Amino acid sequence: MSTNGHLLEADHISKYYGNVVALNDISTHVNGGEVTCILGDNGAGKSSFIKILAGSHQPDEGRLLVDGEEVSFQSPRDARAKGIATVYQDLAMVPLMSIWRNFFLGAEPRKGFGPLRRFDSANAKKIVRKELNEMGIDIRDPDQPVGTLSGGERQSVAIARAVYFGARVLILDEPTSALGVKQAGVVLKYILQARDRGVAVIFITHNPHHAYPVGDRFVILNRGQSLGTFEKSGIDRQELVRLMAGGSELVELEHELEEIKAEL
Amino acid sequence: MTETAATTVHHDERLVRKGFLTRLLTRPDIGAFLGALAVFFAFSYFARGVDWLTDPAIAAGWADQASQYGIVAVPVALLMIGGEFDLSAGVMIGSSGLLLGYLATHAHMNIWPAMALVLLFGLVVGFLNGITVIKTKLPSFIVTLATFFVLQGVNAAGTLKLTGTTAIQNIDSAAGFDSAHRFFASQLTQYDYPVKVLWWIGLTIVGAWLLAKTRFGNWTYSAGGDPNAARNVGVPVARTKITLFMMTSTTAALMGIIEALELRSMQSREGVGLEFIFIICAVVGGCLLTGGFGSVIGTFFGAAMLGMVQLGIVDSQWDSNWTYTFQGAILFAAVLLNTFVRSRVERAR
Repeated sequence: MSTNGHLLEADHISKYYGNVVALNDISTHVNGGEVTCILGDNGAGKSSFIKILAGSHQPDEGRLLVDGEEVSFQSPRDARAKGIATVYQDLAMVPLMSIWRNFFLGAEPRKGFGPLRRFDSANAKKIVRKELNEMGIDIRDPDQPVGTLSGGERQSVAIARAVYFGARVLILDEPTSALGVKQAGVVLKYILQARDRGVAVIFITHNPHHAYPVGDRFVILNRGQSLGTFEKSGIDRQELVRLMAGGSELVELEHELEEIKAEL
Repeated sequence: MTETAATTVHHDERLVRKGFLTRLLTRPDIGAFLGALAVFFAFSYFARGVDWLTDPAIAAGWADQASQYGIVAVPVALLMIGGEFDLSAGVMIGSSGLLLGYLATHAHMNIWPAMALVLLFGLVVGFLNGITVIKTKLPSFIVTLATFFVLQGVNAAGTLKLTGTTAIQNIDSAAGFDSAHRFFASQLTQYDYPVKVLWWIGLTIVGAWLLAKTRFGNWTYSAGGDPNAARNVGVPVARTKITLFMMTSTTAALMGIIEALELRSMQSREGVGLEFIFIICAVVGGCLLTGGFGSVIGTFFGAAMLGMVQLGIVDSQWDSNWTYTFQGAILFAAVLLNTFVRSRVERAR
């Protein structure tokens, strides 16, 4: 692989909307087999950041580098061509369609010639079963509509799809935020599965308890500013939670709670 | 211990849910098949004046009527699955038949090139419907309603100006009529099974194959189910929908050709009202009004059911006006069933 750079690197990225500073001087990177977590509360700039990484927006300052080379994404298609796949919350899946139809939607494998060229559905079902199995996803029947899957299962199928179609970098937009504890755990497991297959994962979340167990690196955003990039060895869970919650604000809150307790 | 118990129960729930849903959802055609079967046996009771069950001539009667509905219902069903309606599909039959009549009797063309022009006319009208819906983002219900009325006016005024009457006659005077008639409008057997029954069955097979077995079928499902999601993963939604509109109008043009050849003349009001029958066939076949789901095979049984109702009411010696009431009741029952199916899919998350 490349020796002269990270798989994906954001270098001093800034983004302005009019006179609002959405992102100010954000830098981070991710490599194959790693998970970089982007943490931040609502309005911290997480979605602006992933839109830049995914090619939907262009940064006003700073550079994006893929394999150490500067790139400029004009559209999500450009990002996809470089192997950067984004799994959005709405998932780009059609609820009324079966899992295998969804899995290959827009990239259907075909067989036969001329007017008899057709969707190779037997092969598609086989691949879906195999891919989901390899990710450790227990799907009972690839024929069932995606709408009958739980939120966690859908996220998992979307992740498996991105990995199958050759994603080198997988950007996950709050994949656990709408899920219950157990379902979130399932999705976290698939994030690790994707990582173990050599995919670079960028995991956006506002939940440090979801980020800490899977992340190798943590970028904490607050009001468009980076509060720092931390390697896992350099930070423990409590510190991460504290930073996420806005540091001093949380200390103050704890203080107040202590006082209330004392009064009782 | 508690954890294990909970997990076991959870698994059981999933299995029950799956069994129920798979039956309803993976085979939306079963409901239409059972409905057609029920109607068939109901008329074997009510239509006792004729040998409804075993007389091939009786079956030829309702098969004729059913293919009248079922041929165009195939692309109408595909279009509905793709999330759009075509209310001009009925009047297009009249327009196409009249155009063929004009080309054959006034422009004195051979019937074969005239038919080619009529099919081209179908492609153009479908393209205009499709491109208008895509570009204006207006509901196809409105756009094709406009097409419907525009064509209806053209049909009536054009025919009157041309012939001084409300019909174009003597289409059989055209060169090549006999060979075309054999291919599109002849009788197959001594029981008068029209050859269009074969067209109906053939188009159903092609439509079902397109939907289930091709990339285009997958795109059709997604264009109706969630066009935004489809676009996100690279499905050419606009192209898919325009193609579906073109298929619908062209099949209606084919139906116009068949009718013109069968009747040897064409009334200016021909086809008006059939657009709703096509939609009823598709809905009975499990197509959701909101798109994304349905079946061509089911639509086939829907057309068979409506054909049987039409002829069965006559054979039962009831007032044939009751046909409309039956069609309405069938539509309502089918929509209720479909809505129930859909709500199951949406709730079972």
